[in-house]
Amino acid sequence: MTSAAADKRANAGTRVVIAMSGGVDSSVAAALLVEQGYDVIGLMLRLWSDAPASAAHGGHNKCCAPDAIIEARAIAGQLAIPFYVVDAQQIFREQVVQFFLDGYSAGTTPNPCLECNRHIRWTFLLNEALSLGAQYLATGHFARVQQLPASWQLLRGTDAAKDQSYVLSVLNQQQLAHAMFPVGAYTKAEVRELARGFGLPVHSRRDSQDLCFLPDGDYRPFLQQHAPAALKPGAITDSSGRQVGVHAGLPLYTIGQRKGLRLAGPEPQYVVAMDAATNTLCVGPRTALESTRLRAERVNWVAGTVPAAAFQAQVQIRAHGTPAAARIMPEGSDEATVEFEAAVQSATPGQAAVFYAGAEVLGGGVIAP
Amino acid sequence: MRPPVYLDHAATTPVAPEVLAAMLPYFSAQFGNPSSIHRWGQQAEHAMYAARQQLAAGLNCSPDEIFFTGGGSESDNLALRGAALAAQAAGRGRHLITTAVEHHAVLHTAQQLRDHFDFDLTLLAVDAHACVSAQQLADAIRPDTVLVSLMLANNEVGSLQPVAELAAVARAHGVLFHTDAVQAASQLELDVQALGVDLLSLGAHKFYGPKGVGALYVRRGTQMLAVQTGGSQEHGLRAGTQNVPLIAGMAAALQLVLQRRAPGKPHLGQLRGRLVAGVPQPGPERRASRPPPQRPPNHASFVFREVDGNALLMRLDLEGVAASSGSACKTGDPRPSSVLLAMGAQPDWARGSLRLSVGRATTAADVDYAVQTVERCVAALRK
Repeated sequence: MTSAAADKRANAGTRVVIAMSGGVDSSVAAALLVEQGYDVIGLMLRLWSDAPASAAHGGHNKCCAPDAIIEARAIAGQLAIPFYVVDAQQIFREQVVQFFLDGYSAGTTPNPCLECNRHIRWTFLLNEALSLGAQYLATGHFARVQQLPASWQLLRGTDAAKDQSYVLSVLNQQQLAHAMFPVGAYTKAEVRELARGFGLPVHSRRDSQDLCFLPDGDYRPFLQQHAPAALKPGAITDSSGRQVGVHAGLPLYTIGQRKGLRLAGPEPQYVVAMDAATNTLCVGPRTALESTRLRAERVNWVAGTVPAAAFQAQVQIRAHGTPAAARIMPEGSDEATVEFEAAVQSATPGQAAVFYAGAEVLGGGVIAP
Repeated sequence: MRPPVYLDHAATTPVAPEVLAAMLPYFSAQFGNPSSIHRWGQQAEHAMYAARQQLAAGLNCSPDEIFFTGGGSESDNLALRGAALAAQAAGRGRHLITTAVEHHAVLHTAQQLRDHFDFDLTLLAVDAHACVSAQQLADAIRPDTVLVSLMLANNEVGSLQPVAELAAVARAHGVLFHTDAVQAASQLELDVQALGVDLLSLGAHKFYGPKGVGALYVRRGTQMLAVQTGGSQEHGLRAGTQNVPLIAGMAAALQLVLQRRAPGKPHLGQLRGRLVAGVPQPGPERRASRPPPQRPPNHASFVFREVDGNALLMRLDLEGVAASSGSACKTGDPRPSSVLLAMGAQPDWARGSLRLSVGRATTAADVDYAVQTVERCVAALRK
């Protein structure tokens, strides 16, 4: 018997839920699991959307729009696996959308994708999978899980350009013990090749970085409607504290932004900070965007224990940013101070700072204001 | 693992072997258009004529009162639009009466007539069994009422409306009466004279016939406006070349229903009894959905408080029991069942409906397995 056949037989009794989106990555992930002999169930989450449900072509979160459901269902049919859509609208609204609104109201730039992974995919959906008798929840993320004798490591996906370990830095040992990322060891090009081999559609419709719950991708009207208090005009001040202009509401700006400030003056001015308490937008020269130190809150240590001492790591401060060498000083159970060896540009409160040792995700937290 | 059990015959049924055999000649060998003059056309026309005879015999009406359609929903649409628009055109009135527990083919058609065609619509309140009384109907009828539509057997909870009694009220007021008998056809006697209705809808796939074909009984003399215009097929009421093989299949399927309805065949009622006895212990957390005094013998429905129907159906399917729920939605957007809400159920109950419907191939062992599986899945969801 070939080893593949032996594996297939060994896997036959193991139930795996694959979170399907209709896209090529999760479809190939599902096909790989079927090929490996697992007892595979496809699930898709029905997420909350801001668009009215009555709209003929609206009313749907982009992650589960009708065409995405149809495509995922078609792929499940082709793979001959059962497929169901699970309602997560309410919990998504409460846990992810509210977090997004609260984050902007607090003068930060929140990253709802991390919260979705923390609360929706890897809590709500994982619990759903376990209650269906599955041992694993699989997704189409580009990341890898490695089992050690007594623990699990979260690793970057093999394809550096597509790596999604940043948004998975919220995972703990219990979640990793049940996590599978079947495409994480492949490059995107290989995934497309696999899709062709499986006879799956290769096109990917949803490479957009827009937030899934915003009907037209623009968060400003959404904030206007759901958190109008966060959009009060206020003062723009320079590094000396002098008012130099008026802003239209803090959430309309991002750290590092230069255009659209309508400031007079010889030097270009950049958004360097926001103070929600005083509703002030702080600007400064380009050099003021640089920082060598940040504080991370709500830190998750993937190994489950807080490192006993300060340590060196590579720190990534945005989803597709370049990691920078830094020294990390853990504080308490879930905070840390990060000191970079060289200054980094535009560290943005609300985004995650993720700590790596080579390909391994050690942990990560939310950049504090 | 045990082979899965199909307990969703209220959704659709398999085509019976006899039905398939009755259809096959008309796909390729005798493929003629029944409107054609030549012998191919004559063959097809004869097959359709025979089918019309058989349906008329089954419903106790004349063949010229049977109109073939593309299914139960189309029959409902034709009944409501055809009768309402003809009455409006003749200036006879513009008031319609139905209920909120009708199949959407009736309810949404009536609502469209209200919203876009200037009709008034009265939705009669239903009782805890999803039924309305003769007195309620009599009170709702106005001088300008043109059509009453009340379903024979409710597709979700199985309740039987006292259609004969209600139709008599309508007749006494000179108002047309339509009944959607799509869900009832596999189980109940459909004698349009005894029921006293003017319009009655059927869909073949609910009684072991093919999908995509149905019939509308239209009492002779009923004024109808065509909804689909074109050729003169079906007396001009439903234009388009008739689907001869499916029509032949529907007639064969109805023949089988009539044969099986003969005395000494309480099979499905027994299985339903076994199901209801097994699942619902009256109690605060679960119950048969207020079992109506009368219901089709193949149909059982339950509600479980604070159980999500979608989640229950998914688990049942994975455990090998195919069922359905009035609150479930394939796109993951469950809503409380509007039928249960109209019956007065609280929202925490109305999300947890479950419909189990047995069929000809169902065995007692299937029912026992389903009962155990429902118990297990409901318990798991409650944890």
